[in-house]
Amino acid sequence: MKLTRRDVIKAQAAATAATVAGISLPASASNIITSSKANKLTWSKAPCRFCGTGCGISVATKDGKVVATHGDEKAPVNKGLSCVKGYFLSKIMYGKDRITTPMLRKTDGVYDKEGEFTPVSWNEAFDIMEEKFKKVLKEKGPEGISMFGSGQWTVHEGYAAVKLMKAGFLSNNIDPNARHCMASAVGGFMRTFGIDEPMGCYDDMEAADAFVLWGSNMAEMHPILWTRIADRRLSNPHVKVAVLSTFEHRSFDLADIPAVFTPQTDMVLLNAIANYIIESDSVNHDFINKHVNFREGVTDIGYGLRPTHELQMKAKNPNSGASSPIDLDAFAKFVKSYTFEYAEEMSGVPAKTIEKIAKLYADPKIKVMSLWTMGVNQHTRGVWTNNLLYNIHLLTGKISEPGNSPFSLTGQPSACGTAREVGTFSHRLPADMVVKNPKHRALAEKLWKIPAGILNGKPGSHAVQQIRDLKDSKINVCWNQVNNNVQAGANINEEILPGYRNPDNFIITSDAYPTVTAEASDLILPSAMWVEKEGAFGNAERRTQVWYQLVNAPGDARSDLWQLVEFSKRFTTDEVWPAKVLAENPEFKGKTLYEVLYKNGQVDKFPLSQISPDYENQESKEHGFYLQKGLFEEYASFGRGHGHDLADYDRYHKERGLRWPVVNGVETKWRFKEGSDPYVKEGSGWQFYGKKDNKAIIFALPYEPPAESPDEEFDMWLSTGRVLEHWHSGSMTQRVPELFKAFPNAVCFMHPEDAKKRGMRRGDEVKVISRRGEIRTRIETRGRNKPPIGLVFVPWFDASQLINKVTLDATDPLSKQTDYKKCAVKIEKV
Amino acid sequence: MKATRVNKAVKNAMTFAMTAVLAVSSIALSSTVSAETVMDNAPQVSTLRGTAPLNAEVTPPIIDKVENNDLKRQRDYPQQPPTIPHDISKYQLDKNFNKCMDCHARKFADEAQAPAVSVTHYMNRDGEFLGEVSPRRYFCTQCHVHQLETEPLVENEFIDMNKLIQQSHSRNNSSDKK
Repeated sequence: MKLTRRDVIKAQAAATAATVAGISLPASASNIITSSKANKLTWSKAPCRFCGTGCGISVATKDGKVVATHGDEKAPVNKGLSCVKGYFLSKIMYGKDRITTPMLRKTDGVYDKEGEFTPVSWNEAFDIMEEKFKKVLKEKGPEGISMFGSGQWTVHEGYAAVKLMKAGFLSNNIDPNARHCMASAVGGFMRTFGIDEPMGCYDDMEAADAFVLWGSNMAEMHPILWTRIADRRLSNPHVKVAVLSTFEHRSFDLADIPAVFTPQTDMVLLNAIANYIIESDSVNHDFINKHVNFREGVTDIGYGLRPTHELQMKAKNPNSGASSPIDLDAFAKFVKSYTFEYAEEMSGVPAKTIEKIAKLYADPKIKVMSLWTMGVNQHTRGVWTNNLLYNIHLLTGKISEPGNSPFSLTGQPSACGTAREVGTFSHRLPADMVVKNPKHRALAEKLWKIPAGILNGKPGSHAVQQIRDLKDSKINVCWNQVNNNVQAGANINEEILPGYRNPDNFIITSDAYPTVTAEASDLILPSAMWVEKEGAFGNAERRTQVWYQLVNAPGDARSDLWQLVEFSKRFTTDEVWPAKVLAENPEFKGKTLYEVLYKNGQVDKFPLSQISPDYENQESKEHGFYLQKGLFEEYASFGRGHGHDLADYDRYHKERGLRWPVVNGVETKWRFKEGSDPYVKEGSGWQFYGKKDNKAIIFALPYEPPAESPDEEFDMWLSTGRVLEHWHSGSMTQRVPELFKAFPNAVCFMHPEDAKKRGMRRGDEVKVISRRGEIRTRIETRGRNKPPIGLVFVPWFDASQLINKVTLDATDPLSKQTDYKKCAVKIEKV
Repeated sequence: MKATRVNKAVKNAMTFAMTAVLAVSSIALSSTVSAETVMDNAPQVSTLRGTAPLNAEVTPPIIDKVENNDLKRQRDYPQQPPTIPHDISKYQLDKNFNKCMDCHARKFADEAQAPAVSVTHYMNRDGEFLGEVSPRRYFCTQCHVHQLETEPLVENEFIDMNKLIQQSHSRNNSSDKK
């Protein structure tokens, strides 16, 4: 018999057991504590801190510490499962280098932009912030200040922030990092449906016969949703999974139809499928006659670069989202040239494979779910590609019913709930409203109980624009919360670092850990995180989830909510509102922004007695009212009765989340469909009520090339992204030893032949160089990602290898979302 | 290779130094003012950056080997999925075949002496026990990860519940005596 590794271990284990056997311990030294008092853990619910899936987590606390986390069996999203990150949530708050006190750059005891970080009190931190904000507001007005927030803000925090910036400082220069993540998805929804967020829900995953992943790697990025798809596929042999991507990854392990396409040619494939649906006579004419309009979009719209960039100057219709009405025949003519042969030539995907995928959509008997995230959104034609995806579902009427579902997955835990629903974008207000629309502003002014006509109607600077404005000294104060933009933003060397270190500017970063963004800032504020505060997130299926504060934050760390509300006390209306407005509305004169925005008779309506006696709530106790409930209820008044209805705040503490619109206490699974969505009138079948005529739009949009493609010198495509074990920039997960040891450093995934051609081997040190910057990393020719020849993949979680020094800050001209998935690089051995 | 290890050590030392710096007073900090700009200096607080200034890139650590000693590791809490104590890089794990189950299936537990997957793995979404491992648990690597032969850059101060239970137990005992 062969002796295996296992046999040896077995023998060792037996030996150990023998030494222990026979030794009886006295009762007083029992090795298990059985006393129920000592043994007890307190279990509470909270949504996961990481991705947009929104898994429910059971959190155990004992004596003020989180001691265990696992998937909540009662949570409909994950039913007891959790990915490896979720299982290790219990450790994310306990990295030794938590920031526990504000820190200001000082020399000889006074603020100095080139000074050393020095611990200061909250009072001193707010003093210098107040001084800088007031100076800039006086010199430049509201356009000179900015806030960069997050899809990881809680709903309350995002709402408090947007109110402080837009209603307080009258500045629209507030944007979330969700701009880098979901802006193209929002643009796609608004353009096609006139209302944001998916019509379907995760229940589609148990109903679909086919799944098509468009550039998404759900196995690593949405692992728990992937378990639902794996469950469906493996339990039901008729189910098919198609995985399309620019490189092979773990999702291909479940693929019946794998397809690797050339970057940007997803647009060609989508138009080819639309063409096939028409040519094979698979159009659902009844559906499109009743529920769909056709339009042709303006083309040659540029690449969201600085207006002086050569590519921007060349564009005929830079940044234009205009379109004109057409009909089905004109649309058919438009996509006619997108044959399978042409699509094969452009994308590299065999025509036969494209046909297989097209048939999943064309066959009326197959219920098909399309899924996408950053591959489609981080795309210089991201809004268009979202539109093209809806086209193929609308042509076939495969939408808004169980299993027929174009599903835009979300990156961050509250990109939907906070960034999109609350409207923390530079152009938005809560409930899909926009600052440009005078009616929307008037409604917001009424609900916020602020003077009519006071809100700023000019959209502010979006994420990428804020960075350019900092470099150009147009914005001089920027407050970051819950993001790590020096690691996450594109073109760090040329755009971000110069803006942060510009002597004219004062940069504030609130974070739990000392990130590279904190390092590049002038003032660091210590933040409470996750269950160290009460909060709410909204996930990708419109599910709003609320949690209690379960433990206290260390030292002087305070929630971002507390920071925002506290800072508002430093300003009076006389300092930040126009004198004319105050003359017309004298009752506001001399009031602080705190009184006008938060202690306004609405937000402070709910007494402390309504807080659960079982849980702490530091912010509320300090302010004397149930702050989170007041903020939520005021915010909810924007959407109730308008298709965005939320339930009463208290109910969310009891539920494992509810999917909006919640009408008469009932959540909505499929929007726009009669019988499922209470907003759809009887007899209409479907009603796309985001548009005035209740019709969704199919857009004729062509393929247009990416901003930058490989050439002779920069001969490889670079795609960036995440890995399963790390959340975004790794500021939390890199501090969990098990996650760190699973994937400690970024590597450059490369095809073995590409490595061989360059005389490189696995593990060699290389430079990844673009026209903008370079990093040093190591070659990986094995492992989970298998790029085709001509493409490399580098994850961005590693603070010691800032790959965004290399990426290009080209954006979708409509959504202003950066394309992190394609630029041209060369790889050189060090 | 040696140089990289040194670099790693420096990085770890730096981590320690930075953590220490955070704790000391402002007087000590302001005495080290440099004429150079923030950008050109080693980071002051950004622990994961090591000694590399924000505007520079340095030699990355080597790609470490996978810990492959088959020794079970202690879990931080009962619900924690065990990490994988061996190399799985050559395992087939796709819709056609699951190499992990060659040893971790219930029916091979005796032969392989590998821990059989836990009872939770047989539960479907509705909490019913199936006769085989639930397909939702098919891709093991979503929860179970290998560990490389490397040391974390930042220490984690998570406290094991056992320690807190012990403390609570002694507290209760002493208060009972009073």
